[in-house]
Amino acid sequence: MFKTILKQFKEGVFDKNPLLVQILGVCASLAITTSVSNALYMGLAVTAVLVCSNLFVSLLRKFIPQQVRIAAYIVIISGFVTIVEMLMKAYLPSAAEKLGIFLPLIVVNCIILGRAEAYASQNAPFPSIIDGLAMGAGFTIALLLLGAIRELFGAGTLFGISIFGQSYTPIGILSSPPGAFIVLGCLIALMQYLKKDCPSMNSTQRRKSQSRMSKQGRIRHDP
Amino acid sequence: MILDILAIFLSVALVDNYVFSQTLGICPFLGVSSKPSTALGMGLAVTFVMTMSNAVTRLVFDLLLKGRFEYLQTVVFILIIASLVQLIEMMLKKLLPSLYGALGIYLPLITTNCAVLGAATNALGDQRASANILFSSFYGFSAAIGFTIAILIFAGVRARIDEESVPEPFRGTPITLIGAGITALVFNGLLAGIKF
Repeated sequence: MFKTILKQFKEGVFDKNPLLVQILGVCASLAITTSVSNALYMGLAVTAVLVCSNLFVSLLRKFIPQQVRIAAYIVIISGFVTIVEMLMKAYLPSAAEKLGIFLPLIVVNCIILGRAEAYASQNAPFPSIIDGLAMGAGFTIALLLLGAIRELFGAGTLFGISIFGQSYTPIGILSSPPGAFIVLGCLIALMQYLKKDCPSMNSTQRRKSQSRMSKQGRIRHDP
Repeated sequence: MILDILAIFLSVALVDNYVFSQTLGICPFLGVSSKPSTALGMGLAVTFVMTMSNAVTRLVFDLLLKGRFEYLQTVVFILIIASLVQLIEMMLKKLLPSLYGALGIYLPLITTNCAVLGAATNALGDQRASANILFSSFYGFSAAIGFTIAILIFAGVRARIDEESVPEPFRGTPITLIGAGITALVFNGLLAGIKF
């Protein structure tokens, strides 16, 4: 029991990290990680929606007809997103202001629909809740990393507190959208390096692409 | 009037480009940009859907939600977009089979394109676009043109990236993202300082 929960968390945080391995939910991650606190709020909001939608999709999995399941999932998800949005506007108005349009856009975050389709629709409620927590934790940790790097070097602060002192000249590009692309690219590269086997490029594919390269003079990657 | 239209177009399509400066619609931007022809197909499909969805969501907001059920905005908008995409797909299949052949495979992907919902929500808050339904629809059109420009430019960049030998950990998504970052830097740098 405890072992399976631990395994699910390891999958969510490392092996199948939604942002760094599955490359899901990129839009929101790039936009709101200008500071660690924004990243934390976004991560928590997504985790809350993910846990609730996983629970309800799992509870209703025997009643939702196969043909209209995506529409049903979207209704469930958008309901919870609206609840989270209203709660945040009421209790954390400044955070809701900073997340702005990306708060309602959690609806189209592929992580949530992806977990509903791939996990919650085939599993019992309790493991689905754990899966939501694990994937949410993985997403939050990835966002925090991205936010910490961008805020620390882009503004010289963490949670708004100055770290490097007055003499530090911030690297402005890191807090702009292009910097977000580059930092996320580097983090995904680090993840691929840590995992050793690049998912898009294992040894047989590499050999194939090398032979193709020699034939056509170029390498092609899968998107 | 003409000035407003020009201002909407320039600010949404170029200065505040949806991909490069608002980072919306990144999934299709990364997924479909491997070839210029598919990139153009996706761009046209998005333009078609976004122009129509902005008109329809605005109409429904004005008639049904305004002042009474504004908290239902997200739920209603995503349902409108999903059903609109389905409807457009069926209509194109019946009426314009040649256009359906070109855009067909991209249409289902658009429901989960956050730029579409983003444009519908943004248009309500935008100072100029919120004036009337035509401006709102034009806002969607401009945003989609900006998306198309971005994805076309990047398809060209990506053809060059694919020819290079990249260090192993960076292969695939990482180098694509870094390439997108540098393209965004150039694009934003070119238009920096222009404000509407």
